[in-house]
Amino acid sequence: MIKTDILIIGAGPTGLFAVFEAGLLKLKCHLIDALPQPGGQCSEIYPKKPIYDIPGFPEVLAGELVNNLMEQIKPFQPGFTLGERAETIEKLEDGSFIVTTNKNTKHHASIVAIAGGLGSFEPRKPLIPNISEFEDKGVEYIIRDPEIYRNKRVVIAGGGDSALDWSIFLTNIASEVTLIHRRNEFRGALDSVEKVQELKKLGKINLITPAEVIGLRGLERVDGVVIQRGEDRLEETLDADHFIPLFGLSPKLGPIADWGLEIEKNAIKVDNSLDYQTNIPGIYAIGDVNTYPGKLKLILCGFHEATLMCQSAYQRIFPDKKYVMKYTTVGGIHGFDGSVKESPRVVVKSID
Amino acid sequence: MQDITLIITDREGTTHTVQAPTDMNMNLMEVIKSYELAAEGTIGICGGMAMCASCQCYVESDNELPPMNDDEEAMLSEAFFVKENSRLGCQLFITEHLNGLQVTLAPEEH
Repeated sequence: MIKTDILIIGAGPTGLFAVFEAGLLKLKCHLIDALPQPGGQCSEIYPKKPIYDIPGFPEVLAGELVNNLMEQIKPFQPGFTLGERAETIEKLEDGSFIVTTNKNTKHHASIVAIAGGLGSFEPRKPLIPNISEFEDKGVEYIIRDPEIYRNKRVVIAGGGDSALDWSIFLTNIASEVTLIHRRNEFRGALDSVEKVQELKKLGKINLITPAEVIGLRGLERVDGVVIQRGEDRLEETLDADHFIPLFGLSPKLGPIADWGLEIEKNAIKVDNSLDYQTNIPGIYAIGDVNTYPGKLKLILCGFHEATLMCQSAYQRIFPDKKYVMKYTTVGGIHGFDGSVKESPRVVVKSID
Repeated sequence: MQDITLIITDREGTTHTVQAPTDMNMNLMEVIKSYELAAEGTIGICGGMAMCASCQCYVESDNELPPMNDDEEAMLSEAFFVKENSRLGCQLFITEHLNGLQVTLAPEEH
């Protein structure tokens, strides 16, 4: 069981900054995120795109912003449960919570702050009529263990980086790699495209474009994929042991929607006049995942919400303690790792 | 500058005639959002970067449209329910050329 003061669901910019504000109050944080890396949308969807409305940064790349936040919160030693989705929540008699992920990792915290953005990112599944019957029977949307493809015939579909990179990688493991894409152009990194080109010439990747997988063949497991190829959409069947559609990820609110929270317009209703608490005391929602009159889904608004949430969380955990907000310039940063950052003392020297 | 008229059929099949300003730097996805013609969280998920296809629509009038850029073309080549007349709403900026535009929203991806 992982124990912490504030359990933050979602490691996007809002969730990360909450660690900093909590740290100033000496509260420990742990974050859960369905993605394998922190940063949320900023890392997953648009790491190389600039953002122009972070106060004090005329321009910052989304990926850079995440790196900066990770650096900023480092002294407060946040814990991470990455690649797992928060599935269930249980309120204990003392008012604290146990949150369990889809991989059965349990987290115990006094406060839960949902900073889930648009939800957890799930793979986009192509519209192939019988595809759900073959899930985990030859159809995988995410490659977890490349070894299962050893000496197998693999068909990958998609036109982005992950389709290109996995096609390249699996040429060393699988007996056959076929890459199928709806058009001739790919939108991955240039060197990946060139590498696939090279492997195609060497006969290591069977590249079929423009083409689309429209059906799956097999009794218990996949043993072939039905494709339509070329401009005249000729149908043919390729023998295959695995079909891996890699069409990116799309966010879904997911299990959080069943936690008994008040939901409006696919977002969690919170009290914006006070502390961004939800209808369940002790559970807060901050950043893009919440809604209130006048809500704006901006990173800078998420930062503000995270700050007020932490103050309220502190009072909830320590109802009898008085707390006065301190400016970091005055109080400095005292990390849980023993590090101290503070403004240098002014030198006082008399003039004769 | 004048507002233009757009005829938008939502995912339930209801057709709405709406006015959109040409001087607000808006795109079709944002207009649809502002009139709440699709539920919040089901359209414009990526915010208008042509990186999801949640604002895909079928263009049914013969307005002259700007050509697709690479991002839009790449996204539509991976989107589902794509037809010949598919476009991403976020890449169609509201200008007077779009006056009278008729579109139907593509189904939501699940």
